[in-house]
Amino acid sequence: MSRPSSAPRRGVRRGLSVVSAAVGVALVAAGCSSAGGPAAAADYEAAPSDLSASITYGVWDQAQVAAIDANLEGFAELYPDIDVSVNVTPYADYFTKLQTQASSDSLPDLFWLNGPNFQLYASNGKIEPVTGAVEAGDIDTGDYPEALVDLYSLDDVQYGVPKDMDTIGVWVNEALFEQAGVPLPEADWTWDDFQETAATISEALASEGAYGGAGGMDGQTTYYDTIFQAGGEVVADDGTASGYGTPEAEEGLQFWTDLIASGGSPSIQQLTDTPADQWFTSGKLAMYWGGSWLNAAVSDSPVSATTDVLPLPAGEEQATVIHGVSNVVAASSENKQAAQALQVYLASEEAQQQQGDLGAVIPAFTGTQQGFVDSAPDRDLQVFLDAVDYAVPLPVSKNAAAWNALENADLPGAFSGDEPVAEVASSLGERMTALLEKE
Amino acid sequence: MSDDTITPTRPPAVPATTPPAAQSPAPRRRVLQRDGAWPWLFVSPLAAGIAVFFVWPVLQTAYYSFTTWGVFGGSTFTGLANYARLVVDPQLWTALGNTLVYTGIVLLGVPLAVWLASLLNTPGLRFASFYRVLFFLPYVAMPTAIAMVWRIIFNGDFGVLNYLLGRVGIEGPYWISTPGAANVAVALVGLWSSLGFAMIILGAGLKSVPPELYEAAELDGATPWRQFRSVTVPLLTPSIFFVLIITIISSFQLFDLQFAILGSQNPVLPKSLSLVYFFYQQGFIANDKGYAAAIAMFIFVLIGLVTLLQFRLQKKWVQS
Repeated sequence: MSRPSSAPRRGVRRGLSVVSAAVGVALVAAGCSSAGGPAAAADYEAAPSDLSASITYGVWDQAQVAAIDANLEGFAELYPDIDVSVNVTPYADYFTKLQTQASSDSLPDLFWLNGPNFQLYASNGKIEPVTGAVEAGDIDTGDYPEALVDLYSLDDVQYGVPKDMDTIGVWVNEALFEQAGVPLPEADWTWDDFQETAATISEALASEGAYGGAGGMDGQTTYYDTIFQAGGEVVADDGTASGYGTPEAEEGLQFWTDLIASGGSPSIQQLTDTPADQWFTSGKLAMYWGGSWLNAAVSDSPVSATTDVLPLPAGEEQATVIHGVSNVVAASSENKQAAQALQVYLASEEAQQQQGDLGAVIPAFTGTQQGFVDSAPDRDLQVFLDAVDYAVPLPVSKNAAAWNALENADLPGAFSGDEPVAEVASSLGERMTALLEKE
Repeated sequence: MSDDTITPTRPPAVPATTPPAAQSPAPRRRVLQRDGAWPWLFVSPLAAGIAVFFVWPVLQTAYYSFTTWGVFGGSTFTGLANYARLVVDPQLWTALGNTLVYTGIVLLGVPLAVWLASLLNTPGLRFASFYRVLFFLPYVAMPTAIAMVWRIIFNGDFGVLNYLLGRVGIEGPYWISTPGAANVAVALVGLWSSLGFAMIILGAGLKSVPPELYEAAELDGATPWRQFRSVTVPLLTPSIFFVLIITIISSFQLFDLQFAILGSQNPVLPKSLSLVYFFYQQGFIANDKGYAAAIAMFIFVLIGLVTLLQFRLQKKWVQS
């Protein structure tokens, strides 16, 4: 659920005419404020329990509202006079709206922020650091996966801690393995094992229209992982340069080109028409690189009974992308103390345990995740938690959306084999570095 | 075209029993003046709405097209920089080309709509209202809902369109993920969904064609096709003109249909995107709102010019 790129790929969003778009530009403009720098280290004082305030909490996932309401009941016992109203904006519109709100300093007091958008808000002074609560000992950053804590720190200032987490694994359909007469791979498999298995299954099941593996254009679940496994980087040198120009990154991209070339994966065109996760949940794909968030979709699909999970195969090293959403306090909030009290409470073990037990997401607080693992006892969901040990945060920068667009435009040509991987990678690297330098 | 027209013997515009129009323009004018501010007062709610929600944003967008923006506002005046960048941006010309192709294909629907509307208007046609509803339904349905369904129909491996093509021995392309085919696919849906609206307008136009003309034409021995060509089409030109204007304007604003059918991460997008999609991409994904405002002004002026040109040309072919 916390996956940053899931909603855009699924596609359908707002309709927009020239006129309304122009209105949008103008409205954003109307609220323009002077650009601020990063907020100074915060004054923090834990809220007294009789603090009376009314605050808003901005989120995008309706499916998590039940768990949030449960959390808020616990919060109300501590702070009976703080009134919290939860505002749900669908993901597709969430960040467009948030940007407008930020421009007019009318952000919700506390709101969800994801990795790709975090630095934009932090570097423009739109959100409040969490350093005060950390120094006061109300939040211990050691309780959460380190990679995710790092994701929400900029220039050594911590702005939030993760509220949930997700990692990537290989979802396998045992029925297709059996049908193809291929044994299930071991958990300590390598890139070569994966490529070979994928090609063999595709060949054996060609008449069924089923495939062994699937590439795709979603970095978080595919090529970011292989780039890290090859020892490369996507954003290098503290966010000032692209990692795409390096031989390691090239190797990580080549992995997917090879998979498509060998027939181990549907073509880029096929994957555009029908995304890889749908191939998997329709029983036409034996191995799918996917996030822990797929669990709910798999459970609702016909392949639920025959699905298991393996760790990602290792390249030069073992790696997986980790991501999670964070609760952050708006710098413009008029009830900062109340908002911080809620931020602290939601990060507490008690609230996180409740989140995990209600099963909406994997909570980020270490030791509260058993509820997720138990939600599908037939599947080895522990794989996603074990992966935290070698997890790398989702690559982000101050304006990640700009170079994400370049990736989407350039990489399909390399994956399909139409253009040489080396050329695409180096040209993408150059243009991405230019964008990063502008940040 | 006027050569083909059977000169209509127009029925008198006003029935003879009506007394001749008594008011000359001059006293009418005085009446208006005597009304003072009242007419303005009645128009003011609408005028205020248009001013606040249309005119003012357009003016602001025009201004912002000369500025460069920070992500959270804070614009600096940079003169013509956005426009200088825009005219050399190859993406603009690709987007313009794609928009023109789309418009061209959707316009093919206008003659089709004329033909279908006159068929629906055939005297004595049974279930005429039923057919009318059938053709109008796509126009009423939500564009995104339509797009979702077509996306499934166009699916290269599992779509019903390629299945049917396969039955007659044609191997269909991956419609929404092949450059070129993707433009055609979106345009076909655009054509299909705008047909109903055009037919309603044209159907209303057809009702105003006096039946005596057809009788006269029939007496002169005109075939149905000749009647269509020489009576129906010429007298329908005002409606056709209106439909053309509306279709071209809405085609130039192509966004939601393309966004919903192709999806935002489709690899063909750089080659297939429309002008408004290009605007959206720069303004709301790349956060470059000054540049996006320049693109919006380009689209605005372009639509203005094309519409102006159409009004100029109408004198040559539209029957008054």
